[in-house]
Amino acid sequence: MSSAAANPVTATDAPPRRKGAGLVFCCTVLGAAAQILLKTGANQMAHPSLWAIVTSIPLLAGLSLYGISTLLLVLALRDGELSLLYPVIALTYVWVTVLSLIIFHDRANPIKLLGITTIVIGVAVLGRGSRR
Amino acid sequence: MNGTPLSSMALVLFGSIIGSFGAVFLKSGSAKLKFGFWRILNVQLAFGVALFLLSSVFFILGIRQGELSVLYPMVSLGYVWTLFWSRLFFKEAFTPQKFIGLGLILLGVFFVGLGGK
Repeated sequence: MSSAAANPVTATDAPPRRKGAGLVFCCTVLGAAAQILLKTGANQMAHPSLWAIVTSIPLLAGLSLYGISTLLLVLALRDGELSLLYPVIALTYVWVTVLSLIIFHDRANPIKLLGITTIVIGVAVLGRGSRR
Repeated sequence: MNGTPLSSMALVLFGSIIGSFGAVFLKSGSAKLKFGFWRILNVQLAFGVALFLLSSVFFILGIRQGELSVLYPMVSLGYVWTLFWSRLFFKEAFTPQKFIGLGLILLGVFFVGLGGK
């Protein structure tokens, strides 16, 4: 009886943490897609101006997507474990790099990839330091 | 495409500083959040969102020229500024992990900048 009473507690404890990580993972994909849209819009902008920004469909779509992913991220971070979620957040750098190489034909070189890897590790370590 | 211009990196860097101030206002605004949906709309939060939008404008201008795989990682400098403001405005502790993370991010941005030349 006592174990049956203890089980629901552990069962309701685990899912929110995992749900937080899943939500953050979705945010990294949305966030990376937002960056690709922003770059697409920025590339199309012949003469930069505020008007050119607010009338560009890819830029507006990118900003909206970025806003949504940021809002979801804030919700996920509110009750999630930061040390677990920060390394997931850092995945955005990986997606943006891979997508930039494929879509915009950015050059891949060892120093750049080393730099991105170092940043990802840095963000993950930062999250460990923010443990509550 | 040849290299990423320094002016683009400077615009993204400037945007990351403005964005980090946006985070400060969101943090101080969220501390005042207590009850009711409409109370969410306080001045600090509105200012925080406005600064985020402004930082996006600089970011968009910054990524017009150059490689996204070089410029986007530079947004991570926002973590560095935010760490300083958290210490300064909210008296949050500087832990060894934060210090190491900060160093790694700076080193990473340096490498990415070097690789984008």
